[in-house]
Amino acid sequence: MPGGDSVDAAAASEAAGRAGEGAGPVGASGHSEHAAGSVVLELRDVSKSFGPVTALRSGSLTVRAGSIHALVGENGAGKSTLVKIVAGVHRRDGGTFELHGQPVDFASTAESKAAGVAVIYQEPTLFPDLSVMENIFMGRHLLGRGRRIDRAAMHAETQRIFDRLGVRIDPRRPAEGLSIADQQIIEIAKAISLDASLLVMDEPTAALSGVEVDRLFAVARSLRDEGRALVFISHRFDEVFALCDMVTVMRDGDYISTEAVADTSVDKLVAAMVGREVSDLFPKTPAELGDPVLQVRDLSSTGQFHDISFEVRAGEIVALAGLVGAGRSEVARAVFGVDGYDTGEVAIDGKPVPARNPSAAIRAGMGFIPEDRRKQGLVIDASVSRNVAGAIRRTLSRAGLLTAARENAAAATWASRLEVKTSALDMAAATMSGGNQQKVVIAKWLATRPRLLIIDEPTRGIDVGTKAEVHRLLSSLAGEGLAILMISSELPEVLGMADRVLVMCEGGITAELDRAEATAEAVMHAATHAAAHSATGASTHATTYSGEGTR
Amino acid sequence: MTAPATQDLAPTEELLTDPSRMPRARRILLGILRSRELAILLVLIFVVLVATSRNSGFLFSSDGWRNFLLNPSILLLVAVGQAAVIITRNVDLSVGSVMALTAYLTGRLFIDVPGIPIVVVFLLCLAAGALLGLINGALTTIFKVPSLVITLGTLYVFRGVMLTWAGSDRINAGDLPRDFLALGTKSVLQVPVLTWVAVAVLLVVGYYLHTARGGREMYAIGSDPDAAVLYGLRVSRRVLLAFMVSGALAGLAGAFYTARYGTVSSGVGYGIELQAVAAVVIGGVAIFGGSGTVWGAALGAFLLVTINRALPSVGIPDFWQQAVVGALILGAIVLDRFLAHRQAAKLARARESA
Repeated sequence: MPGGDSVDAAAASEAAGRAGEGAGPVGASGHSEHAAGSVVLELRDVSKSFGPVTALRSGSLTVRAGSIHALVGENGAGKSTLVKIVAGVHRRDGGTFELHGQPVDFASTAESKAAGVAVIYQEPTLFPDLSVMENIFMGRHLLGRGRRIDRAAMHAETQRIFDRLGVRIDPRRPAEGLSIADQQIIEIAKAISLDASLLVMDEPTAALSGVEVDRLFAVARSLRDEGRALVFISHRFDEVFALCDMVTVMRDGDYISTEAVADTSVDKLVAAMVGREVSDLFPKTPAELGDPVLQVRDLSSTGQFHDISFEVRAGEIVALAGLVGAGRSEVARAVFGVDGYDTGEVAIDGKPVPARNPSAAIRAGMGFIPEDRRKQGLVIDASVSRNVAGAIRRTLSRAGLLTAARENAAAATWASRLEVKTSALDMAAATMSGGNQQKVVIAKWLATRPRLLIIDEPTRGIDVGTKAEVHRLLSSLAGEGLAILMISSELPEVLGMADRVLVMCEGGITAELDRAEATAEAVMHAATHAAAHSATGASTHATTYSGEGTR
Repeated sequence: MTAPATQDLAPTEELLTDPSRMPRARRILLGILRSRELAILLVLIFVVLVATSRNSGFLFSSDGWRNFLLNPSILLLVAVGQAAVIITRNVDLSVGSVMALTAYLTGRLFIDVPGIPIVVVFLLCLAAGALLGLINGALTTIFKVPSLVITLGTLYVFRGVMLTWAGSDRINAGDLPRDFLALGTKSVLQVPVLTWVAVAVLLVVGYYLHTARGGREMYAIGSDPDAAVLYGLRVSRRVLLAFMVSGALAGLAGAFYTARYGTVSSGVGYGIELQAVAAVVIGGVAIFGGSGTVWGAALGAFLLVTINRALPSVGIPDFWQQAVVGALILGAIVLDRFLAHRQAAKLARARESA
């Protein structure tokens, strides 16, 4: 569908416009006119192999002080490997690696830290049992007399950094129970206390809500304005355009191009990333709608959601849209029976499904793909076959026993249908890219021949090329009569894929929009409907949601 | 839901999420009042009170008082070492065998090297234990095998070495110098010497874990080993150190045993590893590491030994003594799960209302 591109570009240009207006507290300096300083990081033709697998063929990256440099590329392009070489987790096989003009070769993360490199990983790495301030100073505690660690000094220093960042987290509280956003703030505080001259953020916004993204960006900009160099890895182009000064594209372990963000466009970046023009990001084709498959009536759960009623028909894709925290995932979990609900009813093909009983839900014909597939949908260390066969092991087994041959046969059928790229089905799922993992999870559920598939954030953390494949797959499944309930925070995905959009806000459904009615403005308005009356203010949320557009 | 929520937090919640808003004295006092260590201490006092009310000699006789302090000191040493290891998310099951080896070593030294200074014997036992701990630690960190398996293996290996070395030999009180045996029962300021030593060791280890970088890093390693690697912590070195501490203290406990009881047979230290783990768990050290203190572990050791001594004097049959200890361990673990769950819920709630 040609429409996909324009949605994308619109979101991006809007986001870029916002940055120019200075939406954040320190966002006043536009990206293009910002004077770049001396070269902080220089990587040339860096390569790295793991056994026979070449993860990085020829990676190059030049980052200057006082700039935010975006690193984009599909999953498997070699970004993470590059970052890990900079961090000292891996050692490069070849090429040059210079920091502040000096050749370096880090053998450990301790060495890279000492050289002023701070890396914030996708999943924050904190010690849950220890206090926030200990997390910030672990490994380099401030010492007082007699080499005793000086808790008062660490507290004061942490408080000073938090004040600067405008964060209200008690330095003495344990890190346990902090939101991902707060954990990321702590990682940033760590980098600041290290006085890092180079800060690398690997997809820091993947798990953040809009307000939290704004706060993170404000911090990133103020760090840039202090003259630090930042590397920002993201799958979301609008964020790249809103935040970054330069962008480097990688593909298949190779360096492709580096450009000023002001001189490029989403289309050019996408083309460089995939090596081909991607015109159909959201290819849902109209399908013949059948009878209602899922009927949900007046579902309520205290503190989570209330009065949820909707239906999904055969061949239909219904999207649950809304801000993070609106209660979408909670509804999905309740419908599938992972969590209970207080009142209401769930029915498949008119027959009620018992509450709090996922195996009954599966028997009734439901499939459920949770948001965090690594944790919930996939047995990460098990083979592909075992994962696919997992959901149907009852029908596969003879006299209660499973044989590898039968598992493989069943898995091969589905893997080939879904074009899962895995040379051997007995490879562990952990070794595959995010897109292929998602396909394995889908295959796993399709093998149960469900009537309804619930899928939470189907393309989170999946690169552009594979995203389209997942979308095409969902579309063709709907065409075959499967009912699909999709939760998505990506506005273009919602608008492109859904036959009908249910918008949730603060636990309730605030709008039901047909494909024709579902515009970015309409969805945004409904998603922030209730928020307009609260102290937070609607405008924040509105910009926020558009900010999440191309996740 | 918004701003005012933090104003009316319950004290326990505030202690958890906003401790810095409290006055320092109040924060420290609340921290102590809500600590596991205080709870164990109260249970210990309760046990002593009940036992003493049934039989005043339990505490108020020269023997009673001495046994109250002296008997737990061997387990206390082993439990303190074990706590250091468990805090790093490992476990050392070989301590009983290490203890047996150094107990026999103590006897052999006095027999084979007449006139050897007692201090030297203690130091050699410490060193021998540390060496055995180094073996455990090296195997664990080099081969990346869970320490449960490694130390289960060395538990048998070390015991086998001791049995082969000793043969049918036994160390008897007659083989040992009188000064050494006297040390086992001597008191200074009404407190047995061995207890003084054990408490001194406890203070050193506790101080290290609380105020030294290395100690804090041990907690971090136990809390999340993968994150510890990304932080650039020297994980292997710290884990190695923890095992050496555990081995050294078990080695010292072997010398203590010989001094206290005067005889060494092949059964020395049999099963003490499980008692030590129990003491640590009862004392509030999380079995998966990262939290808890050696103070708790020491109190746990005290409680275990005291209960074992109190139950017969209260007239509870042998079978039930075992069951009571078991119930104590289960209770401690269930309590831990419950408290951890409640804390997580509180923290999550505080986040929502923030």
